[in-house]
Amino acid sequence: MDWYIICTVAFLTGIFASMGLGGGMVLIVYLTVIEGSSQITAQGINLMFFVPIAMMSLILHTRNGLVEWKEAVPAIIWGAASAALFSILANKMDQDILSKAFAVFLIIAGIKELFSSKGKTADDKQ
Amino acid sequence: MVLPLCLVLYGVIFLRGFFKKHFTAITGMTVGICNGLFGSGGGMTAVPMLEKGGMEPKKAHATSIAITLPLSVISGMFYFGGGNLRLIEAIKFIPLGLAGAAVGSIFMKKLSNKLLKRVFSALMIIAGIRIFMK
Repeated sequence: MDWYIICTVAFLTGIFASMGLGGGMVLIVYLTVIEGSSQITAQGINLMFFVPIAMMSLILHTRNGLVEWKEAVPAIIWGAASAALFSILANKMDQDILSKAFAVFLIIAGIKELFSSKGKTADDKQ
Repeated sequence: MVLPLCLVLYGVIFLRGFFKKHFTAITGMTVGICNGLFGSGGGMTAVPMLEKGGMEPKKAHATSIAITLPLSVISGMFYFGGGNLRLIEAIKFIPLGLAGAAVGSIFMKKLSNKLLKRVFSALMIIAGIRIFMK
């Protein structure tokens, strides 16, 4: 186990995650391409990794009054149903197909990021 | 692989245009699909959707985390049920991940991440192609 690689990946993932640039992508790509994990394992690790980081950011953001709970709550309720359904699907699915679907998702997200005309950060606009 | 992909795409493009009235519900469902199926990408879909719904960017970023956190817990539970959750392997990434998150939020205050965004999106496309070819 190369600790310095793990540290670098974790650090980068944290940075990208908190900037809203998709930290999960870094971690999942590292785990599948370099460590050779299966797609579903990498996704599970990413989910668990995200929880404490999200908690920390959420506490800070709530304190700063940035969280719109009125909007968030219905989204959470509806999201919970589809998250449950699709995580069952992900667990049952053929790994090869799941990894290909993830790759396509990655490419689409990348293209979207690249060509988003606004190119703004949370900060540029305010 | 066509079916789930179509569902995600339709979720994002098609429903968004149609049901303005149930916008929050649709946002939640789309985020849930990404979160459950890919174990990631929830924030990436939530932020632009919340912004489109008229939320200011800073609040959209913060609110997206409020949505993705409980969804990750739920998805995590189902991954656990399927025997696909390796808690121990996740733990080693957490300490420096937290440090990175702290640094990232300082970056977000101090600098424009336009260039970073460009580089990162290019990397995502390359990684996607590489995984696809595997």
